[in-house]
Order: sequence, then C-alpha cells, then structure tokens
Amino acid sequence: MSAIDIACLDKSFGQTQVLHQVALSIGSGEFVSVLGPSGCGKTTLLRCIAGFERIDSGRISVDGHLVSSPDHHLPPEQRGIGVVFQNYALWPHMTVAQNVAYGLKIAGMPRREREARTAHALDLVELGGFAGRRPADLSGGQRQRVALARCLAMESRIVLLDEPLANLDVHLRGALEAEFANFHARSGATMFYITHDQAEALALADRVAVMDHGCIVQFDRPDALFRQPATETVAGFIGEGRVIEAEHIQPIGNGHASASLLGQSVRLRCAPDQRGQRSGKISFHPGDLELLAEDAAPGFDAHVTRATYRGAYLRAELMAGPSGSVPLSLNVAAPASLTPGQRVRVGLRDGWVIPVPAARAQF
Amino acid sequence: MQTKRPLRALRTFLRTQDERIVMLLLILFVGILSIAPLARLGYAALIPDGGFDAARILRTLAGGRVIDATLNTIWISVSATALATVIGTAAALLAGLTDMRARTLWVFGFVLPLMIPPQVTALAWLQAFSPASPLLGPLGLSLTPGTRHPLYSAGGIVFLLGLYNAPLVFLSVRASLYRLPAPLIEAARSAGARPLPVTRDIVLPLIRGGIFAGAALAFVSSIGNFGIQAMLGIPARVPTLITLIYRQMNSYGPSALNDMALLALLLAGLTVMGMAVTAWLGKRGDQRVDNSSRPPRLSLGAWRAPVTLLAWGYLALCLILPLTALLGSALVRGYGQPLNAETITFQNFANALFRHEGIRDAFLTSLWLTLAAVAVLIPVSVALGYVLSWRRGWLARGLMLASELAYALPGIIIGVAMILFFLRPLPLIGTGLYGTVWVILAAYLSNFLALTLRPILGGYAQIDRVLDEAAQLTGASLFARLRDIALPGLAPSVMASAVLVFMTAINEIQVSVLLVTSRAQTIGPMIIFLEEAGSSTLAAAVGCLMVALVLILMLASLIFGRRLPPGVLPWRD
Ligand SMILES: Nc1ncnc2c1ncn2[C@@H]1O[C@H](COP(=O)(O)OP(=O)(O)O)[C@@H](O)[C@H]1O
Ligand SMILES: [Mg+2]
Repeated sequence: MSAIDIACLDKSFGQTQVLHQVALSIGSGEFVSVLGPSGCGKTTLLRCIAGFERIDSGRISVDGHLVSSPDHHLPPEQRGIGVVFQNYALWPHMTVAQNVAYGLKIAGMPRREREARTAHALDLVELGGFAGRRPADLSGGQRQRVALARCLAMESRIVLLDEPLANLDVHLRGALEAEFANFHARSGATMFYITHDQAEALALADRVAVMDHGCIVQFDRPDALFRQPATETVAGFIGEGRVIEAEHIQPIGNGHASASLLGQSVRLRCAPDQRGQRSGKISFHPGDLELLAEDAAPGFDAHVTRATYRGAYLRAELMAGPSGSVPLSLNVAAPASLTPGQRVRVGLRDGWVIPVPAARAQF
Repeated sequence: MQTKRPLRALRTFLRTQDERIVMLLLILFVGILSIAPLARLGYAALIPDGGFDAARILRTLAGGRVIDATLNTIWISVSATALATVIGTAAALLAGLTDMRARTLWVFGFVLPLMIPPQVTALAWLQAFSPASPLLGPLGLSLTPGTRHPLYSAGGIVFLLGLYNAPLVFLSVRASLYRLPAPLIEAARSAGARPLPVTRDIVLPLIRGGIFAGAALAFVSSIGNFGIQAMLGIPARVPTLITLIYRQMNSYGPSALNDMALLALLLAGLTVMGMAVTAWLGKRGDQRVDNSSRPPRLSLGAWRAPVTLLAWGYLALCLILPLTALLGSALVRGYGQPLNAETITFQNFANALFRHEGIRDAFLTSLWLTLAAVAVLIPVSVALGYVLSWRRGWLARGLMLASELAYALPGIIIGVAMILFFLRPLPLIGTGLYGTVWVILAAYLSNFLALTLRPILGGYAQIDRVLDEAAQLTGASLFARLRDIALPGLAPSVMASAVLVFMTAINEIQVSVLLVTSRAQTIGPMIIFLEEAGSSTLAAAVGCLMVALVLILMLASLIFGRRLPPGVLPWRD
C-alpha cells in the first residue's frame, strides 16, 4: 500500500494556478525527492499534503485514508505527518528539549517516557549537551538538527522536509545530508524531501519527482532521470544536460537507435517502443563527449570558445556543426590545455533519444 | 554691492548650516512646550518658595483625602488595565487568528469606542439605564427614579475604563500577531496540537511583548482618563487624583497651584511607575520573532457560529446599548422621560446646533485650535522624524523622549504645568497667557507631538535613507530634500497623522479642562459642564453630535485612505 497517494491535484491562489493535475504515488518507507526551480510550486504541494492548504480538485490519501479532497479536509494536527520547515520553525520561547518534547506532551505521553524519548532523539542528532539552550543560542546547523530531532521524537511514519539545507553553507550540507540518510535508514519513515538542488536530490532519494511550472514532468529513479530523461526540460535540468537536434532516427533493436548527428552517424540509446523518426531531440551530458585525435572518425569538428579551470578538470565550451552554431560542453582531465579559438575533434560516447509523445511520432 | 554681500553671506550661512538651524528650532520647540513647563511643575511641587520643605510635602500628601485618592487611583487603574488586557487580547486573537465571520466590520465596531470621547462614553452608559433607552427602556430594565445608578461606583469606573481601553490592547496585540511567523504555528499543528493548545503554548507566549505593551498603554490611558473618572467618580464620591486636582482648581483657583503641582507630580510618578512595571513584565523572556508570511487562520469549527454570535453580542452591549440610549436621551424633552411618539423632539439638537451660543463658540474654538495644532505639528514632526530616523544622536533621542513623556502623562498634568508656566507675565508681551486660548494651543502642541510623530516615524522607516543621501550629494538643501524626497514618500503617513491628531484634539477634554475659562471654551469639557448644570438632554445631544463627527471622519478616512499602508489607521483591518 502506498503511504501517500495524490491524484489529479489542482491548486490555485486567486487567479494563478500553482499546481496542475499533480499525481504521485509514494510507497511506504520510500525516500522521495521533489526537485524543481524556485517558484514552481514545491512548497505548495508540501503544504497541501501536510494539510495547511485546501485543494481545489483531486484527492490526497495517506495510508489509504482520504485526507484531502475539495469537500473533505482533515486538519494538519490529525494527519500524523511530521514536517521539517525551511527556516526550522523552532519555538523561540522554549528550550531545545521543550521544542523536541512538545508534540509528545500534546499527545499526552507521561513525563518520564517523554523525557527519555527526548533525550534519545537529541543524542541521535548529537545535541545531547544542548537540551537546556534556547534556539537563539544555536548555530544554523544545530537548529536544523533540533528540527530533525523534533521529528524523530514524534516517530512520524511520514516526514515532509521543505528545503531543509537551503539556508546552510556548503560544508554543513554534506554532514546533514548524511544525517537525513541515517534518519531514513533508522526510522524507516516515508520521506518527502523538497529541494532545488539536484545533487542533493539525486544523492538522497530513491525516486525523484521533477517539477516544473506546477506539473510533475518525470517521477523516476535518479539514474533513470540522468540517463533516460522523459522530456527536454528534465534533460536540460539534470546534470548540465545538452539537448540537440538529430535526423533519421532508426531503432536498431536492443534499446538502441542509429541517427545522424551533425552529419555523422551515431549510435544512441532509446526507449524500447521508440519508432523511426525523420528528426528528433537527443540529450547527453558533458561526460559523454571525448576529445579525439585530429582525423579520427566518427567525430565532429568544433572550435573552443571558452575554457575554464574547474580544479579536477578543464571545462571547455565548444561550437560545432557545419556553420559552427551548435554549442557543446566538454570536460577534459586536468593537465590539459585548451585555448579559445583552437580547433578540436570530439566524439560522442553515449546519448539518449528523448521520446516523443505517441501522437507526434512519424512513419 | 555693499548691501548685497551680507544678504548673500546670510544665505550661504543658511544653506550650509541648515541642519543645525532645524535642530536648534526643534530644541526650542520641545524645550519651551514640553520640557520647561514640566520642569516648572516639578519646581513648583518640590521647591515652591526657593527651598525644599519636606514637612510641607508630607503634610500635603499624608492628608486622608490624598491617601484615599491615591489608593483609589492605583487600584482602579490596575483593575481597569487587567480588564482591558483580557478583553483586548481575546478580541485580537479572535480577529487576527480565527476564521470568525464578518471580521472587518467587527474590528471597525470594536475600535470605534476608542475614538469616542470618554466623557461621551460615560454619559452614554449613564443614559443606558434611563427610561429613554430604546433597548432597556421597553424591557422595563430602566432604573426607577431615586435608585442609585450602578455605574456611580468604583466598580462602575473600572468597568467603563476597562471597556474603553480594550481597543488599545487590541491594536497592540494585533500588531504582534501580524509579526508572528506562520511556520511556528504550523509546526505546532503538525506536532498534533489543536487550535486551543496552539494558542496557549505557542501564540500567547510569543505575543507576550505586545500584550504588555498594550497593557502599558491601557494603564496610562486609564490613570489619565479624566472624562470617565470625573463623570462617574465625582457624583459617586470616589475621589481619584485627577478629580482631586480638578476639584482643587475649581474650589481654590490658581492659588492652590503648588499643592496641585505636588498632586500632579504624584500622579506623574504613578504613571511612570506603571509604565516601568509593564515594560519590565513584557521584557522578561522577550521573544524576537522575524516577520514572514502571515499565519493561517485557525478554524473555529463547530464553535464558529456561537463565537461569532458572542463577539457581536459584545459589540451590541458595548456600543449599541449606550449609543442608542444616548440618542434616546437626546430625543426627549427632559431627563427621565421614556422615548415615544409623544415625547420625541428635535429641540435638543436644534439648541445644540443653532441656539446655544456657548456650544457654538466652544465648537469653533476647538475647531480652529485643532486645525492650528495640526498645521504646526505636522511640519515639526516631519523635521523631527527626519532627525530621529536619519541623524539620530542623543540630542534627538532626548527630544523624542520629552515628547513621549508629554504625551504619556495624563493631560491634566500638562494642564497644571501650562498654568504654572504661563501664569506669570511673559517677558516681551507683558501679560500672562493664562486664561486665553493660546495656553490651550500650547498644551495641545506639547501633548500631541508624540501622536503625530509616531505614524511619521513609521513612514520614514519605509523610505531608504540612500535616497536622501543621493539628493544631498547633488547639493539639495535640507528644506528641498524634505520637500522633494521625504514628503512624497511620507504623504500617506502624514495624512494618517493629521487624521489621528484631528480626531483626538477636536473632542479632547483632559488637557483643556483646567485651562478653559469664560473667555476660552473648548467643546470637550462642555458635556461635563452641561451635565453638572442639569441639562442632561442637551449634553446627550452634544454627545451624539460628537459621535456623529467621529464616525463621519472615520468613514471618510476609510474611503479616502485606501492607499494608506496597512496599520496606520487603527480602525481598518
Ligand atoms: N499563499 C499564497 N498566496 C498566493 N500565491 C502564493 C502563495 N503561496 C505561494 N504562492 C505562489 O505560488 C507559486 C509557487 O510557490 P511555492 O510553492 O512556494 O514555490 P517553491 O516552493 O517551489 O519555490 C509562486 O509563484 C508563489 O508566488
Ligand atoms: Mg519553497
């Protein structure tokens, strides 16, 4: 049975529709990440699930029970869903321990048990020594840990997290990412993790829902998003993907297709039901391109427009194609030197044919 | 050439020193109107004849009547503050946090009593039990002649002061509710807390600062509320410090000034003490909360209808009952008559509007005094606001503190101070100003400066200071900058400020009640004089006209003030 089931969800604020026909089915114990640019409706989706917003149409079920529909709305306090807020939402007038214990107190748990549970939760996030402090006296990372402990102590079966790392600096994020992974492993809770940072989403989640302008454009495993993007948007969004035009796409069986790219014949991966197409979009990542010897074939001629040093590798921006107007990006291992204007030859190791909705396929 | 040079020098001097000149003028303004009179008051109270006489002070303060009045003052103001705090907080939670129905209209009705002059409120409540009351009269709940009115008691004073000041607490608490971050409430709800525990455990502790700030305002307003304390306390023989000062003035005139000054100082001391205590209570465990989105409204669920009904019932009791009774009394020929087709008359309104010369003169005097006060205070506040917001320094803060003090102290203290200060002949004019309208104007300027200043400071806070600095780089003078840079952005706040001062000053009683003489009458105290002279029905008619004026001004400000930033007009939700 799925922990969270969302069907045909619409949500508008006044005249602007923020969520369009959102449908998601999240398994029990699954770690799901929602990835999308700022303003695409992620927080609104989370607030609908938590019960802070009423929905216009569709339905949300939790553990098989209907919690939201246009004419039924279970208030948030009766949903048993834990939420970790973007700005932590720690109550400033309570100590760390009181913050963590509050939900247990409301639930009527006896004092002794409550204190034990609180202390345990604080120990798990390594804040055992901070129980008596006020949130104002903690650093950002520590506050986020308290918010996490508050959720841990409640032992909610479903935890929603709204960009929990967005306000922290880079090296703290790594540590807390591990903390979230531990949290998930330990509690077995269903996690719904919102972020606009794809590295975070891909690293943590079992499945990632990519959102754009209020729609879910793809909901799949991280490697599938990377290797088999469903739309141009996803392809361009994940892992600095490039989308360019190819001709004469012809499936050759076994999930592969041949195509003509910039006048060269290439071999690409494609969906099992891919059909022949006169032209279509293909996607690949900087890592799929390689520098070749001057006259190697198959390969494309290109010239370097910009080369930037990125530490472990050199990133080169190229222009390829007959009229030099197709932009490409390429990573070259570090001790290399490329200068703007230089002519190079590159080869494509791997690529993916972005599937076309059935109605638009030709032949 | 010769004659032009000094002029040009003067102009250059004015251009380069304009900030200093403005500062100097501000110091003179606040110094002469606020600091000097209050200093004179302290001097007269403590060292009247050039020497500090502890025995005299003790003799005056230890008199039975003074001790009585002091104790009454303390417990009446404290109880009234408690009542106002409970009602005001509950109302703010209802209007600011729940999904109660028809909130906008309700807020307007709840804040309205604050704008009605207190003496009119007292009169209206007194009439509520008269046979002319259209609500209680027909029900037979009116008092039979000869029985003592229940409001003529210390409890009655507490009750009315509490109801009257509840909107002050309401406004302060509502402002803190608006600053409450939504996630703090949502986090509690997702932790399983229902609306009631959320309110008790999260909301109340976080808005505590606002509650105590409101309580401080309610205390200051209760202790200094002459209208209600005099209208109820004098007939009930419940002396308070304010009524004691007033009666001494009436009995002995300015000859008892030194003793009055001492009483005024005692009253000032109590006021400041009350403010300090509430400030301390509110500060402990001060919660700074940053602003973000407004919290979602808590659903009342099945309680929505009963709570809405209760809230409107409160308004009916506190607004409609007394006001209809006031109107009823104004429509009958003599006090005590029931209102029906035979007794109804518009004689009282006709008298108040056209026949009674005293009322007409008093109204015209009040009108021009108010307009003059607005005309002077607005530019002064814009300049003072500039200095306070963008220049700071201890001198500016001192000016602000002095103006706040003059506003917070009961108006009657300013009255005593003004009499003391302007009693003696002025150096240049040769005569004293006491007994003329000018001393009332001076008292208004002193008392209401802080009232104009507050919205304007709020306006300055919304203007980026670099706008002014950029203009300064182009060489614009201070005057040009105030006119071209500050004023356009400030316009809404200036409007709100002017409306507030106008509404407060036009019906005001506490400042002028000691300063009015046969030569200089204002309309505010008129009701008390008419009531004391036995013309209850005429007093009721004047009261009705005052309420009508207030209502018209409030509604007009709602219609014309659509572009005002939220929060400047207290009666707008
Ligand atoms: N309470 C609200 N009222 C009106 N518009 C809102 C409200 N909340 C969010 N929006 C709008 O909905 C859109 C999506 O917002 P949000 O869900 O917060 O995006 P994200 O979390 O992905 O950044 C934005 O355009 C935002 O302006
Ligand atoms: Mg968001």
